Amino acid sequence: MAVTLFLPTVLARLADSGTLQSEGDTVGQVVNDIAGRYPDLAPRLRDEKGDPYAFVTFYLNDEDIRFTGSFESPVKDGDELTIVPAIAGG
Amino acid sequence: MHTVELPARGATTSPSVRALPQHCTVCGAEFEAAPEAICGSCLGPLEPMYPASRRLPGRAEIATRVHSMWRYREWLPFEGTPTLSQDTGFTPLVDAPRLADKLGVAKLWIKNDAVSHPSLSFKDRVVASAINAAKALGLETVGCASTGNLANAVAAQAARAGLPAWIFIPDNLEQAKVLGTAVYGPNLVRVRGHYDDVNRLCAQLADRFGWGIVNVNLRGYYGEGSKTMGFEIAEQLGWRFPSAVVVPMAGGSLLTKLHKAFGELRDAGLVTDEAPRLYGAQASGCNPITRLVESGGETLVPQIPSTIAKSIAIGNPADGVFAARAMRGTGGWSAAVSDDAIVAAIRLLAETTGIFTETAGGATVASALALAEQGRFGRDDEVVLCITGNGLKTLEAISDSIADSPVIAPRVREVAALVEAVG
Repeated sequence: MAVTLFLPTVLARLADSGTLQSEGDTVGQVVNDIAGRYPDLAPRLRDEKGDPYAFVTFYLNDEDIRFTGSFESPVKDGDELTIVPAIAGG
Repeated sequence: MHTVELPARGATTSPSVRALPQHCTVCGAEFEAAPEAICGSCLGPLEPMYPASRRLPGRAEIATRVHSMWRYREWLPFEGTPTLSQDTGFTPLVDAPRLADKLGVAKLWIKNDAVSHPSLSFKDRVVASAINAAKALGLETVGCASTGNLANAVAAQAARAGLPAWIFIPDNLEQAKVLGTAVYGPNLVRVRGHYDDVNRLCAQLADRFGWGIVNVNLRGYYGEGSKTMGFEIAEQLGWRFPSAVVVPMAGGSLLTKLHKAFGELRDAGLVTDEAPRLYGAQASGCNPITRLVESGGETLVPQIPSTIAKSIAIGNPADGVFAARAMRGTGGWSAAVSDDAIVAAIRLLAETTGIFTETAGGATVASALALAEQGRFGRDDEVVLCITGNGLKTLEAISDSIADSPVIAPRVREVAALVEAVG
């Protein structure tokens, strides 16, 4: 499944772009693909246990993936995965 | 009473005041002063770095200063003298003996930010700090993601400073909070969804536009304003701490900043008591931090909020983990209460103290009662409840619980009948 991934500025510089194209059947597979292609970005996407990194939130088409199965959330062609810094608001 | 000169609308900055540099509270990386709130290395939260060499005032010097949050200016994130929003802070600390009896504690006070200037909530404090940071950093537009009180505070203080504002709120807020923002003339945008949707949008907007979004890219400077509530509590008690403080929690920032404030007062030698136990208050319909405290874990599970307490309806609180640590670390705890309990507590506070609070205050009072039921307080405890907002902003929440008043002809006998009926 082809997915477009959007990075915040603070992470875009680790990938030389704020918009990346990826493939996968789940959010986790998409993240693994991106992490493999951009090693500097990898530790800001997933922690040492392979779970989502604590200081970012992943939104799959506007939905926080923690409500849909985290990295197991399935993706479909044309989905958008947006990464937003977690420290904001309140 | 001191007066403050108002700048002309659209006035640009002349930074006679400088914002302090910041450091990451997670990895320690240091950064020059900038409209950035997250670490460029680990994405952890930034907070201002205070020069170790700065001279701190003593009790007597502070006592000579104007009654506002700026009497503690050495603990606010600036070099030089901030000029905006100078008359915010120093709200009353109100003795509440009848409520103390209800809780079974020795003393109880209400820290009454329901009468905060200028917009009747504690958010005036954080915005006063943030708007001076915006000025110091040369930003010409401010904004926020808000559940209502912050919207009021940003709109009011931006109007006074002559700064354009972009304010984003959920589309279902109470009418007084919407009108009480719009009246100041900001760009007010209602977003379909919950606060967490609004917050995510603003995190993305901070990346896109050169605005100072007070609780996003100015968040490190903004949060420091909350400390002044803690400084005031200590000073108003005669430079000592209560034994416990109960704090409403939305994002969890206020509780963490009170914890920091009490630590700073001890570090400065202004207060030598043991720091208070910190207790959090939430609504059952949005209690992710309370759940985290109860679980003993370190991973917050977000929620979709469903409560009348909209001002604290944040299902994905950014400071939730830090607030939970502060509660555990001080020997405190957290409680969450039903909407019915919140309404009843609004009325209890009004009837026993003469203070009319909004739903977040109801959650605070009701949670304090719940914590007392759990045996969290002792007979010797001296407790402060932080009442952070004004009841006139959430009339919808209580309108169904208040009986209609009698309507009579202007005749003595009709009053006499009422007096007899009341007994």
